[in-house]
Amino acid sequence: MNWKRATIAAACVVPLIILFGYGLTRDPKDIPSPLPGHEASPFALAVFAPGQPPLNRAPGDTVRLAELKGQVVVLNFWASWCLSCRDEHQILSETAKTYAGKPVHFVGVLYNDEPANGTQWIEQMGGQSYPSVNDPGARTAINYGLYGVPETYFLDVNGRIAYKATGPVNERLIRHVVDSLMAAGAK
Amino acid sequence: MLAHDSILVSMAVVLFGIVAVPVAMRTGRRGLLPYAFAAVYTNFFLVSVAAFAMVYALVTHDFSVSYVAQVGGRSTPLLFTVISLWGALEGSILFWAWVLSMYAAAVVWINSRRPGNLVPYAAATLLFVSFFFAILLVGPADPFGVVSPVPPDGPGPNPLLQNHILMAIHPPLLYLGYVGMSVPFAFAVGAMLSGEVETDDWMRITRRWTLSAWALLSAAIIAGMWWSYEVLGWGGYWAWDPVENASFLPWLTATAFLHSAMVQERRGMLRLWNLNLVVGTFLLTILGTFLTRSGIVSSVHAFTTGTIGYYFLAFIAIVMLASLALVAGNSERLRSTGRFDSAASRETVFLLNNLFLTAFMFTVLTGTLFPLVAEAIKGVKVSVGEPFFNRMSLPIVVTLLFLMGVGPALPWKAASKAELKAKLVPPAAGAGLMLVIALVAGARNVYALLAFAFAGYAAFANLREYWIGMRARRTAHGEGWGTALVRLVGGNRHRYGGYTAHLGVILVALGIAASSTFRTEYEATIKPGETISLSGHTLRLKSMWGREEPQRSVVGATLEVMDGSVVKGTMEPRMNFYPMSQAPVPTPAVRSRLLGDLYVNLQAFRPDGSNATIRVIYEPLVPWIWFGGGVVVFGALIAIFPTGRRTDA
Amino acid sequence: MTRLLAAIAFAVIGVVQQPQADSILEARTAEVAAQLRCPVCQGLSIQDSPSELSQQMRAVVKDQLREGKSPDEVKAYFISKYGEWILLEPKAKGFNVLVYALPIVLVLGGLGVIAVAVRKWTRAPDSPA
Repeated sequence: MNWKRATIAAACVVPLIILFGYGLTRDPKDIPSPLPGHEASPFALAVFAPGQPPLNRAPGDTVRLAELKGQVVVLNFWASWCLSCRDEHQILSETAKTYAGKPVHFVGVLYNDEPANGTQWIEQMGGQSYPSVNDPGARTAINYGLYGVPETYFLDVNGRIAYKATGPVNERLIRHVVDSLMAAGAK
Repeated sequence: MLAHDSILVSMAVVLFGIVAVPVAMRTGRRGLLPYAFAAVYTNFFLVSVAAFAMVYALVTHDFSVSYVAQVGGRSTPLLFTVISLWGALEGSILFWAWVLSMYAAAVVWINSRRPGNLVPYAAATLLFVSFFFAILLVGPADPFGVVSPVPPDGPGPNPLLQNHILMAIHPPLLYLGYVGMSVPFAFAVGAMLSGEVETDDWMRITRRWTLSAWALLSAAIIAGMWWSYEVLGWGGYWAWDPVENASFLPWLTATAFLHSAMVQERRGMLRLWNLNLVVGTFLLTILGTFLTRSGIVSSVHAFTTGTIGYYFLAFIAIVMLASLALVAGNSERLRSTGRFDSAASRETVFLLNNLFLTAFMFTVLTGTLFPLVAEAIKGVKVSVGEPFFNRMSLPIVVTLLFLMGVGPALPWKAASKAELKAKLVPPAAGAGLMLVIALVAGARNVYALLAFAFAGYAAFANLREYWIGMRARRTAHGEGWGTALVRLVGGNRHRYGGYTAHLGVILVALGIAASSTFRTEYEATIKPGETISLSGHTLRLKSMWGREEPQRSVVGATLEVMDGSVVKGTMEPRMNFYPMSQAPVPTPAVRSRLLGDLYVNLQAFRPDGSNATIRVIYEPLVPWIWFGGGVVVFGALIAIFPTGRRTDA
Repeated sequence: MTRLLAAIAFAVIGVVQQPQADSILEARTAEVAAQLRCPVCQGLSIQDSPSELSQQMRAVVKDQLREGKSPDEVKAYFISKYGEWILLEPKAKGFNVLVYALPIVLVLGGLGVIAVAVRKWTRAPDSPA
C-alpha cells in the first residue's frame, strides 16, 4: 500500500462525498429572492377582472402601487394555464374577504396570459373577491424577479417587499405574514 | 408479480456469484467458477424477463403497474410507448440494469475460457455493480409497484421525449456507451485483485472494450446534440447542461485512455496513469448518473426523485474508496519499465494530449459542481453556464486540435531536426488555407481563427499520413490508389482507424466553429403573405394551420422558401400542445444543405392565425457535425475489428 | 476543392452583409441576453431560450440598452431582481475566482510535471524511471 498516494486520493474523495451529501439536502430549484427588504418596484396596471364588492375595482381602472402606500399589499401572480394556481385560488379569495375594511390590499397580477382566458378561469373557479390586473410584456413580473406562477409578494406599509412565497400559499401563511405586517405598520 | 420477483431472485443469484468467485480463488476450488459464470448468465436472463415484462406492460397499457401509470398513455403512439421504457427514472434504472447484465454476460461469454483469475474477478465486479442496481429496482426506483385502483389511462411520457424519433436512438446508445465503461473498470479491478495488473494482457482486452464503449458514447453524444437541435427549438445543440456534461466527462477520460494506452503498449509506460483513467472513467459515469438522477444539480433533463440520491451516494462512496484503495495498494507494482528516446516524439504529444483532455474534464467537472460548492461554502446560489464553459474550454479545444495535427505527424521514439521539419511544416499549408477562408468570411475572434487554422493543420496532417502510406504502397507494390488505401488501412487498422476518427473530430470541430462564429438569426412577427429574410434566404408565410392528433394538438406555420418569385420548397415549423404540459413543445423546421442549415422555429402566434412570430437562424456547417460524428464512429469501427490477416508467422 | 472553399467563403460573406436597421442594438441585446439565465428553463440563456418569459426579458434588455444603460447596468438590474444566480457566468471575484483558477493551475502544474518527467525519462537511460 502506498500510503502517501492513498492519503492524497482520500483527501480528494472524502470532501467530494461530503459535498454530495450536503447537496442532497438542498433543492437546486429553490433560489432565494434578493428582493425582501428592498423597496418594491412601482407599477400601474389596468384592472381586467373587477373582483367582488367590497374589494372590487372597475375594469379599466389603473391600480398604482403609489396609491397603496400605508397599506399592506399582497401581490399574487397567476395565470389560467397554471395548474398549482388552482390550489391556492379559493384560499386567497376567501382570506382576502376577511380583510375587507382593513388596511390590506390584495391584487392579482395576470402573468403571460390573455385577460379573456383569465376572466373565464375566474368564472370557472367560482369568482375572485379581489381585482386582478393585466401585466403586458411581463414587465412587472420581471421587476419582481418572478420565476414562475404562482408567486406571492407581501409588501409592508412602507412599500417594501417583506416576503416572497413561491408556489401555492396557504391560509396560515397569508394570515401570519399579513397580520404581522399590519401590526408593524400600526406602530 | 413476475417481474418484481425476477429481480428479487436475480439478487440472490448475483450475491451467490459475488461470493463464489473469491471463495473459489481462496480455497482453490476452481470448480465453483462455472457456477459463478452461470450466475452471470442467469442474472442476464432474469433482468431480461423483468425488462420485457415492463415493455409488455407498457404496450398492453397495464396501468396497474406503477411505472406504466406514470408514463403510459393510451393515445401515445406505439413506438413512443415502447421507448418510454427509458423515459423516466425507474424505467431508466431498469434499462441500465438490463444493459449491464447483458455486458456481464458478453464478457463471460467471450472470455470464460481464458485461464487465470482475471475474468472471474472481472465478472464478480460486474455482478457487484449489478447488485447495486437491483437494490435500486426493489427499493427507491421500483418500477413494478402495484397501483390500486387501476387508473383508466395515464398521462403519457414527457412531451419532450415523445416528440422526436432520435429519442429512440440517443438513450440506448448512451446507456450502451455509459454502461459499457463498467467493463474496462471490471477488468481493471479484476487485474488488481488477481495480481495480473503487471501483465499487459488485461490492457489489450480492456482497450477493445473501451474502444467499443467509446464509439457508442461518441455516437450517443452526437445523437444527443442532434436531438436538442431538432427538438428544443433554440437552434443550438449543446448548452453545457449538467446532463450533457455528465455524458461528456467519461468520454474525455476514455479518449485520453485510448491514446495513453498506446504509450503503455509501445513503451511499457504510464501503467499507473492508465489504470487511473480506466477507474476514473467508470467513476465519472456513476457520478454523472448520480448528478442527473438525484436532482442535486438543476438540469432540464434531470428526473425528479425521492431517496435514490442517498443510495447512489453510498454506492459512489464505496466504489470510490474501494477502487482508490486498490489502486494505491497496487501502485508499487506499476512502476514504468520504459523510457523516452527523445522529447520530440509522439510519446510526448500523447502526454500533452492526456494533460489537456484531463484538464478539459476537470474544467467541466469543476464548473458543473461549482454551484454546489459555492452554496456549501459561501451560501450563495450562482450559475455556471454556457459563457463560462465556452470561455474556459476554447483554449483547451484549440490546443487539442493542434496536438491532433502534431501527434500523427511525429514518429515514435525520436525525430531528427530534418524529420521534424519535413513532417511539421507542410500541414501549415492547411492551416494557412483555413485561416484565409475564416478571415475572408469575416471571423475576427482569436479562438475562432485558431480553431479554423488548427483544424486545417490537423486535417492536412492526418490526410497526409494516408497519402504517404498509399504512395509508398503504390511504389512498392504497384497498386492503384483504391487498392492501396484498402490494404493500407487493413494492414494497420488501429492506426488508420484512429486517423479516420481524427478526421471525424475535425469535421465536428469545423461545424461547431463555423456555426458558433457565423450563425445569424432574425426574429419577426409577420402576417400570412408577408416575408421574412435573412442572409439571402427569404421565407414567405403561406398559412397558419392547426390539427388535432390523438395525443396532442399541433399548430403549424407553412413557410415557402423563395428564390425571387420562385418557390423552392416549404418549411413547416410546429408547436405541439400536450395536455399534461404547460409549455408547448416546438418542432422547428430544418432545411439542410451541404454548407449549412436554414432553421426556422415558430415562437408564438395569434390564436386566430392572423400572425406568427418566426425565428429564422442560418446555421453554417451544422450538418458537418452529424456527418463528422458518423466518421468518428466509422473510424472506431475500423479499429475495433481485428486485423483481417491470419497469423502469417 | 477551391470551388468548395470559395463557396464556403461566399456563403459566409452573404451572411455577414445581412442588412438591418437596428442591427447594432440587436447585437448588443444578444450579447447581454446570452449572459443572462432563463428563469424557467434553467440551463439556457434568455437569448437562446424560446420561452415567453425569455422573449420578454430580452425586450427589457433591449429597452434598457436603448435608453442608454450600459451592459453592466442592465446586468446589475437583473441581479438586483433575481440575484447573482441570473448570471450564466459567475463574476470572477472573491470565492468565484476558484472556478476560473483551478483549471489553469492544473494545466500549468501538469505542464511542469510533464516537463520534469520527459527530462528524467530521456536523460537517464540506466536508472529505471
